[in-house]
Formats: sequence, structure tokens, C-alpha cells
Amino acid sequence: MNDILIFGEIRNGELKRVIKELVTAGRIVTEGTGGSIDAVLIGKGASDLSKNIAGLGIRKTFCVDDNLVEKYSTEGYAKVLSDLITDSGYGYIFFGATAMGRDLSPRVAARVDGVMFSDCVDLRFQDGRCIAKRPVYSGKLFVEIAPVGKIPVFITLRPNNLPPADSAAGETETEMRPSGVMEDMIRALATEIIPMAGGRPDITEAEVIIAGGRAMKDSESFEILGELADLLGGAVGASRAVVDAGYVPQSIQVGQTGKIVNPKLYIACGISGAIQHLAGMRTSKVIVAINKDSNAPIFERAHYGIVGDLFEVVPALTEEIRKLL
Amino acid sequence: MKIIVLLKRVPDTEAKILINSKGSGINEEGVKFIINTYDEYAIEEGLKLKETVGGDSTVTVVCMGVEESTEIIRTALAMGVDKGIHICDAALEKATPAVIATVLAKAIEDNGFDIIFCGKQGIDYDMAQTQAFLAEKLDIPQVNVIAEFKISEDNKKVFLLRRIEGADEKVEADLPVIISCAKGLNEPRYASLPGIMKAKKKEIKKLTLADLDSSGASEEKKSTIINWLPLPKSGECKIIEGEEPGEKAVELARLLREEAKVL
Amino acid sequence: MNYQLSEEERMLQKTAEDFANKSLAAVAVESNERGEFQEDIYKQLGELGFLGMTLPEKYGGVDFGNFCLALSIEQISRVCASTAVAISVHNSLVNWVILNFGSDEIREKYLPMLASGETLGAYALTESNAGSDIGSIQTSAVRKGDNYILNGSKLFVSTGDKAGVVIVFARTDPENRNQGLAAFIVEPDFPGFSIGKVEKKMGLKASSTVELVFEDCVVPVANLLAEEGKGMEIALGGLDGGRIGIASQALGISQAALDEAIRFARERKQFGTRIIDFQSTRWKIADMVTKLEASRLLVYAAAKSRDRGEVTTKLTSMAKLFSTRAANEIVNDSLQIHGGVGYTSEFLIERLYRDVRALEIYEGTSEIQKMVISREIIKEYDRIFPE
Repeated sequence: MNDILIFGEIRNGELKRVIKELVTAGRIVTEGTGGSIDAVLIGKGASDLSKNIAGLGIRKTFCVDDNLVEKYSTEGYAKVLSDLITDSGYGYIFFGATAMGRDLSPRVAARVDGVMFSDCVDLRFQDGRCIAKRPVYSGKLFVEIAPVGKIPVFITLRPNNLPPADSAAGETETEMRPSGVMEDMIRALATEIIPMAGGRPDITEAEVIIAGGRAMKDSESFEILGELADLLGGAVGASRAVVDAGYVPQSIQVGQTGKIVNPKLYIACGISGAIQHLAGMRTSKVIVAINKDSNAPIFERAHYGIVGDLFEVVPALTEEIRKLL
Repeated sequence: MKIIVLLKRVPDTEAKILINSKGSGINEEGVKFIINTYDEYAIEEGLKLKETVGGDSTVTVVCMGVEESTEIIRTALAMGVDKGIHICDAALEKATPAVIATVLAKAIEDNGFDIIFCGKQGIDYDMAQTQAFLAEKLDIPQVNVIAEFKISEDNKKVFLLRRIEGADEKVEADLPVIISCAKGLNEPRYASLPGIMKAKKKEIKKLTLADLDSSGASEEKKSTIINWLPLPKSGECKIIEGEEPGEKAVELARLLREEAKVL
Repeated sequence: MNYQLSEEERMLQKTAEDFANKSLAAVAVESNERGEFQEDIYKQLGELGFLGMTLPEKYGGVDFGNFCLALSIEQISRVCASTAVAISVHNSLVNWVILNFGSDEIREKYLPMLASGETLGAYALTESNAGSDIGSIQTSAVRKGDNYILNGSKLFVSTGDKAGVVIVFARTDPENRNQGLAAFIVEPDFPGFSIGKVEKKMGLKASSTVELVFEDCVVPVANLLAEEGKGMEIALGGLDGGRIGIASQALGISQAALDEAIRFARERKQFGTRIIDFQSTRWKIADMVTKLEASRLLVYAAAKSRDRGEVTTKLTSMAKLFSTRAANEIVNDSLQIHGGVGYTSEFLIERLYRDVRALEIYEGTSEIQKMVISREIIKEYDRIFPE
């Protein structure tokens, strides 16, 4: 029960970045338990992709790649994982809190009679157990939660919370493992993945909003905001001033007479921060203000501010974020 | 077709949530309670499916929760749901997803089911686990966070669209199946006034653990909340200094990624 | 305050609240700006049952009564007072009058379509020389075989150009001022019916207010409500309930004004302080909320009394007088808290300020309410403590 298993998610032939953060999480636990970290990759190209996590101090990477796990299915993948956990007796199993991780982890936890902590943002090890921190009530509070007794603990970890693991000594052994999945075990199957078309999410649903205000000169100038929004899978928003000027449609207006939004990241570009605008976006988790006027009221609400010309700052920001992602 | 919808009573999305004086949970004083937002989409999809399939289809809501949950069950009945099952037992007050699933599974099996709809998560504990635990208990497939729902002509298969990161995933599943719903799937109907009238006469079956003959609640506790923590206070605006716009932009990107962790 | 609503009342209130916050709020700003009547909203209101609230089930109503109607109008008014006034007129004037004074045949013909929202009802009472003074009505109705022939015109008819059923008060006896009136049901496609001037109003812009013109308008005798001479009784009876509707509208507008004031005062900083922390703001807020809750007590009491079948003339007038006055004061204070921006159309309070003004005027001005209240209380004294 001292060993850790981390799940490497393969999507579109690529290994999700969060796996390096899961290694960090694994290290927090193994420093306490003295156990080792193993990884499992399921899906097409697992064996090739396992090279991406070499040199991180992982003891062993299990690669499972046959016809029946080529496409994601909760039941197929759960079979692979539950067999592996039962065989090897892992104490902690980590997933990224992604669409796949959120779907798969509780099913496996149920199957092996484990306990699960969802969407964790931080971990610590104390008194022989791992204590996870997770948001509750839509992020209005946090709890710290710990397992009771010796049972497998499943943790989904929100991406971008722990730092990615840096390199560590030790060879990683790779083991090809049969899936053990039979066709009739899979009663729900992902048949096709359709990449999202250029259409942006609605501002009320978007996790990222890049909004433009009075400083925007015309409808074309909104394209520089659109570029950044698309890069982050977000939406473009606007203040009432530019909607009234006819640059952009009313459907993207943020504020008291527009829509109330609650994204994780709100970047206000050339928006002074009139009270009616603030009313529509004040609950955003992180607010960034870019404005020429250092006295603009938006800076009082923002977490980060840049005093400068949005037409210079935004393209530079887009370029930098493109490098980082 | 027997359609089941799971229901939970949670604090209003707009409610201010504060930790109670004992530090053992939230202060419920003055907090308004509502139907879990995502469950409304589940109710709507259940009702739509009943309309599609027709015949002698029924929609039954199953709700585990305190006495006051009757009101949200009644609201679901007013929306058009046929019957309510209310599992109310003091022993279930702090039940974990595994226990909840065990109890729900028993009630659902007793009632009979072909398809189950639920919300993608409760907006209180935000765990999003009950669906999968229940699927495992009932030994049926699960599909999470769907954006589109269709059923085959012979009512034996469903065709779904899941919204995943940057893409839509097409999923096919055999009935019986449990499906979790989210915003965008449909536009939940209002409880109409004629519906409210009719709801008065509909049945709400009240069950305790004894009625369910369920050993689920005696399962030992597998986790414990050891701390309730408030949100850190939002500080002053950090004005990013720099020689020229490009430099400021680089620093901003770094802070958003490493400090704010939103990239 | 806890008004001890039943589960059913809370559910109904929630439906009205949700409908107001979602469907209505989505169109309210634009329809008030453009002065557009939202037909789709009335269709939805009909489907949800809000247009047959006090009608029995056999006519397609939900029979929830006046108190539930008050709760609903209050919620709708928070978001769009124009829509609320149409609901009030439809339920408490038109539906009530037909239910209480229509023949079985007339009830079966008109009530189901009114209850379902298939058609809206309007109430044509006021004339250029007959406002508060109903006895001065000049529109004439002359019996000719199986028909009455109506001539004259009616002013300030809410949704008169959208309604399929109009209750028209006209004079059948020129000799008898108060007892010479009668009420008729008129449909827009009756010969001789036309729509005159469409008023440009200060507020309530998402609901139309029009003149109706009757030029030898032919109305079947069957469409006479009750009998000739009953017009005054019918008009005043309708207004008894209508006044609860307008008073409920005052509650919704007051609540919205209070919400806006507190929301704004928490955000707005002056002299380095949130203005909600200034005593001048706090005293205003204390007055506002006290007036609002006192209004609620009166309005709810009046509605419940009417549901018990009691004579509510004095109580409904008191509820209307007090709550509409209070609403004007509350809205005024809220605008003052907003300061300059409150005077711009960017903020809801600007619309509330224009809308609320009508409440002390229509369905009996405050002055008329005072006449009614004083008349009724003196009558009571005369009876109990004779001179």
C-alpha cells in the first residue's frame, strides 16, 4: 500500500502535460510512505509515449495498447486499472482532473472499494496519510480531506496547481501489459472525437474571457482579442460602450445590462471599469486589467494590472502564451 | 420505459457560503436551498425522453436528503415528473458517495429502471462521484457531462455527445445507462401553475434505511474532512512594471501561469 | 420577513421569480427601450398559467386566488413593470368581471381563451372627460334589435391594441348618471371598432396604452354583462381587485429599487469609503425597507381578505394608497443613492423611476383612494357610533 500509481492520459496521440504534475504529487506521498511511483499509459502509442516520462524517477511504466483500448471507454479503461491496482496493491492512484480523469477515477474507485478526492489543488503528507485540499461550494470554500484506514485513495488533481516534476535519477522500466478487456465489457464507447470548430464558447460559459472596452477603435481591432481568446479556448467580451457603438453584438456584452460572467480568467483590455461593468464580472477568479490610464477604476478590482497600450500589450501577451502552452 | 432522475437539495448558487462557528461545515443560517442546478437539466432531459418514447413511460425522481427536500421533489413533480422517492434517514446525514450509491442503487432497483439521468455534480461538495459509484453498483455503463442526447428507434441504445477539452466526443451506449447532464444540454422548463396543482396529487414515497433493507449505511467511514478553509483574501492589484510592453506581457504570462495558475 | 407561505405558494413564487429572472429579464431592457410589446412573453405566461390565476379549473384557470396573483405580479414587476400591469389588468379586471357578471354562455365562450393566454384582455373605462369621475362616461350604447350600437371613445386602455377581449363601459341611460351605465364585451373585429391614438408615455413603455374608438360599433346583446344599469357596480368591483394588482406591482418595483440601491452602494466608493457606510445612505435604506415591508403587510392582507370573500374596498384602497406612495419614495431614494449615473438609462433605477410614477395615478389616483378610505371609515363610525 506504499506505492503510487499515476495515470497518463493519451488524447489525440499525445500524452497530457498534467502527468508531470502527477509525478510531483506522487513524490509528496512517497516521501512519506517510502514507496515507489509507477505509471500506466493506456491507448494507442502508449509505448512510444512512455519515453516522454523517462528520467522522472518513475520505477515502472505499464503500457497497455490493444484494439479494445484504442478508443476510450470508461469500462474498458476501468478494467485495466482495477486489475493493475488489485495485482500490485497501490495505496494512492493519481489522475489529472480532466474530462477523462473525472470520468474514470470514480469508476475504478468504486470497483476496488477505494475512496476518492476530486479536483484537488494541493497535497501534503502528515501522520502517515495524504491530506488533500479541494474546493467545495463552487470554489467558495476549501476543505482538507484525509483517508481513514488502509484503502486505495484515488485523487484527481487539477492541472496547473502543482509544479511539473523535474528530472530525477533512476531507470524507468517499461512493461507492456495486456488490457484483459473483452468486447462485451464495453457497453459505452467513444466512437469519434470531433475537434471544436472555430466557434467560441458563450461568455457565460467560457472559462477565459478577453474583453474590450472604449479603447477599441472599431470592430476589426477586436481581432487581436479574438486571437488570444482562441488560443485559450475562451470567449471575447465587450463593455456596453463598444456594443452601443455597434462594433460588436450585444450577445457578448458583459455587465449589468449585458451578461453576468464568472470565468477563471478575465482580461479587461481598455475597459475603464465603470461600476455597471464591474457588476457583471466581479466574481471572475482572476482579473487582469490592461489600460493606459493608471487611475482607471478597473485596477481597484483587478488582481494583475498593466499600465499600457492594449494594442502593444495584447499581441505580445498572445505571443508569449503561445510559447508557454 | 422507466426513467429515473436523481435529485439533490443544495444551497442557492448565489448564496454566500461561510464556515460555521465550530469549523465543522457551513453556516446554513439564512441560506436558501434549491434543486442542484445541474439536476434541472437531468429532469428536463428525462421529461423530454418520456415525451419521445411515449407509451406508459414514467419519470421518477429519487432524492436522498433531509426532510425539507420534499419541496424540491414537489417542484420536480410540478415540472412534469410522475413520482418521487424520498430517502430520508438521519444516519445518511454525512454519507460518502459510496454509501449514497449503495442506498440509491437499492431504491432504484426496487423501483425498476431503464435509464438514469443525474446532474454532472452537486454544487455543494462538487465531488462528481455518485454517478460512477452508482453505475458500478448497478453494473451499468456511465456517460459523463453530455451536451446532446438521442435515443435509437428501438429504445435500446443512446447516442451522446460529451464536451471534453477542446473537442466533442461522440459516445454510444447500451441501455440501461446512467448519464450526467450539464448546462447547454437543454433549457429546463418552469414548474407551471397547472403543474403545481397536479403535483399536489402525485405520490412521494418516503423511505428510510430500514425500508430499503440496505446495509450500505453501516459501511465504515473511509474519509474525513479535517479542515474547512475560507478563501484567501484577494490582495491589492499587482501592477506589472517593465521597460516596454513586451516585457510586461512576458511577466504577466508568467504570473498567470505560475502564481494565479489559470493558464 | 417571513410571510409563512405554504409550500404551494413558495413554488408558485419561485416559478414567477425564475420566469422573471430568466425569460423576462432577457427581453425586458430592450423591449422597454424600444417600446415593444413582447407577444411571446404573454404566450409563455399563458402556458405557465399566469393568465388564469383566479379562474376556476372548468374555464381552464388554476384558481390560485388573489394572494398568489399578488405574489406573481410582485415578482414580475421586479423585472418589468409593463408586463406586470398587463397581467394585473387581464386577471383582476377582465377575467374577474367576466367570471362574476357574464352569463354561462359568455363565460364558456371567453374565459378559456383568456385563461390560456390565447388572447389578452383589456379594460376600457376612462374617457377624456371621465377619469376619476366614472359617472361622466359619455360613450353611448343604444339597443337596436339583437345588438347594441356603441359610439364614443376610450382613453388610456392598457394593451388595448393587442387585446382580443375588451370590457367597454358605456351609457345606456342618458338620464341616470351613476345607474345609467353598462359593461360590454367587445372584440376588435366587431364592425365599428378601431384603434385611435397610441400614447407616448413617460414610462411603462413595454406595454401599450391606446385610445379605442367606437363608431356605430355593433355588439351582440349577449355580450352585455349582467344588465343595463350595472356598469358602475361592475367597474368598481373590478377595480377593487385591480388595485391589489397595482399595489403588488408597487411591491415589485420597490424591491427592485432597494436591491439596486444596496448593490450600488456596496460597490460605489467616494472619499475612500463605500457609500453604503455613510449614515446618509444607511438611513435611506432603513426607511426604504421599512416602507416596503409595511406595504407588503397591507397588500398581502388585502389579497388574503379578498380570497376569503370579504368586502375589501377600504383595505384594497389603503393597500394601493400606501404601497404606491411608498414605491415612489423608495425609487426616489434609490435614485438619489445612485447619484448621477442613476439619471442615465444605463441603470435600471432610471426606468423604475419613470415606471413607478403611473402607480399613483391609474386604477384610481391616490386622491380617489383617500376619498374611498375616508368614506368607508366614516360609514363604519356612523354605523357603530351613531352621532
